[in-house]
Amino acid sequence: MLAFAMPAGITREEVVAIAALAELDLEPAEVERLGRELGDILAYAEQVQRVDTTGVPPTTGAAAGLVGDRADRLGPSLAPSVALANAPEPFLDGGLFKVPRVIGS
Amino acid sequence: MTIRDIRDAVRSRARSASDVCRETFERLERTEPSIGAFNTVTREQAVARAADIDRHFDRWRNAPLVGVPIAIKDNLCTRGVRTTASSRILEAFVPPYDATVVTRLESAGAVIIGKTNCDEFAMGSSTENSAFAPTHNPWALDRTPGGSSGGSAAAVAAGMAPVALGSDTGGSIRQPAAMCGVVGLKPTYGRVSRYGLIAFGSSLDQVGPLTRTVYDAALTLGVIAGADPADATSTPEPVADYVAALSGDIRGTRVGVPRALVEQGVDHEVSDAFVQSLNVLASRGATLVDIDLPHAKYATPVYYLVATAEASSNLARYDGVRYGYRAPGVKDLRSMYTRSREHGFGAEVKRRIILGTYVLSSGYYDAYYLKAQQVRTLILRDYHHAFERVDVVAMPTSPTPAFRLGERVDDPLQMYLGDVFTVSANLAGLPAISVPCGLTGGRLPIGLQLTGRRLDEVTILRVADAYEQEAGWWKERPAL
Repeated sequence: MLAFAMPAGITREEVVAIAALAELDLEPAEVERLGRELGDILAYAEQVQRVDTTGVPPTTGAAAGLVGDRADRLGPSLAPSVALANAPEPFLDGGLFKVPRVIGS
Repeated sequence: MTIRDIRDAVRSRARSASDVCRETFERLERTEPSIGAFNTVTREQAVARAADIDRHFDRWRNAPLVGVPIAIKDNLCTRGVRTTASSRILEAFVPPYDATVVTRLESAGAVIIGKTNCDEFAMGSSTENSAFAPTHNPWALDRTPGGSSGGSAAAVAAGMAPVALGSDTGGSIRQPAAMCGVVGLKPTYGRVSRYGLIAFGSSLDQVGPLTRTVYDAALTLGVIAGADPADATSTPEPVADYVAALSGDIRGTRVGVPRALVEQGVDHEVSDAFVQSLNVLASRGATLVDIDLPHAKYATPVYYLVATAEASSNLARYDGVRYGYRAPGVKDLRSMYTRSREHGFGAEVKRRIILGTYVLSSGYYDAYYLKAQQVRTLILRDYHHAFERVDVVAMPTSPTPAFRLGERVDDPLQMYLGDVFTVSANLAGLPAISVPCGLTGGRLPIGLQLTGRRLDEVTILRVADAYEQEAGWWKERPAL
């Protein structure tokens, strides 16, 4: 028995909505193709739903038990000019990354 | 040439680091045009570095990798050297710092010769998802080298470098190693620092070596392993002497074989080579034990739910603000994000971002992501139970030998299914190695995978080395 109702595929609208969450623009042809491919992949992933996981905790990482906390110490960091060296639009004097206008137009 | 040969020659002054460097680039210039293993070749820096080692030889004489040329996967940061992850979005990125593994290799006397091609952001199993060009398999130029560390595997297989670093999130070191006939080692999660590795699936990613021999893999692991304050998931557990562990003696070592898993969907030549390799292990005194990993068959779907979720989060940082590509002529912040990402990412990366965002989104989180993480626990427990009865688990590395360029590129699900034997070691955080175990009738390499207990690289290296010595497949070379 399935624990959840599975979608038959992903609709065009869903792909567009998910792409917006991911800050991705997609060409119309890409939307069509992704909807189809993701439907296939999710149909395949549906088998995971058949596994009984009652009372099973999730594994969120693989380092459990191998690492401890380290001391929280200040260390050297990149100079502003170095940190800005790869910026598409650096503002070196201010030590800032410039971006298009956010508020108003 | 192996690392060991080169190191011994340089150490005994039979050859200088500069001799080795010059010969390396002579071979690279002849071979690289037909293979396409490199995104960037750092000849000038390598020549200067080798000369520096020769000039201050007394300081370097005892360094474990003195004068050894090494290729670095292009998703590991190298200070001052372009690091692209084979993506348009990082095409012009020049890191301001070195990955910890790069620092350690240089401190050990290694000479970096270039940055190797890979699937974009290490997402893929064929290196065809590189934004620049595919890499060709040295054994058959019309075939892929596997992936995502295909450039690293091809560079070693073609003799352009005795060693290359790769990264392995779901098999990206082991699978191309198998398909190119070289050794590939994915260490235990936490054994090697991830600092400076461009993140894909942060609970799965691990850096490791691709080499001609198991000895060389052991030697390289000893250099790159160890705690790093810059990576909170790197473990302070002591680093073993991996080379000293290669005793050749595997009498009484228990090798688990998950029969039910490996008897389905495996190419018959791969299957035959696997059975032969088990016979070789038994002839050296290992005990074969049938085991069951009942949830391993779910590893591939679990992996593609977990890895894409983590990828969608990790790749949110590419927004055109601080580094990387920014789309020109945008009028507001939002369209700068969306258009930079649309133009900067390739098809597979977008596919995974969308899938990962979907499985993390409200309404689907419990059904997909949480469920996958619970099944991940069951996969981990299966291994835990198995390792109460056996010391290593043996499987083929890949169900098929190298496939043709273009063969799977339009069928993402088919591509994902090829990862069936490699992804579970990442989900469980376990060390695993691929070692050459045969050739098909058409002379395509086949790999044997050995998975070990957490932090027990020593045992898989010892078994792989004993196998390699007995079987001798590592001596086979592609006819280039």
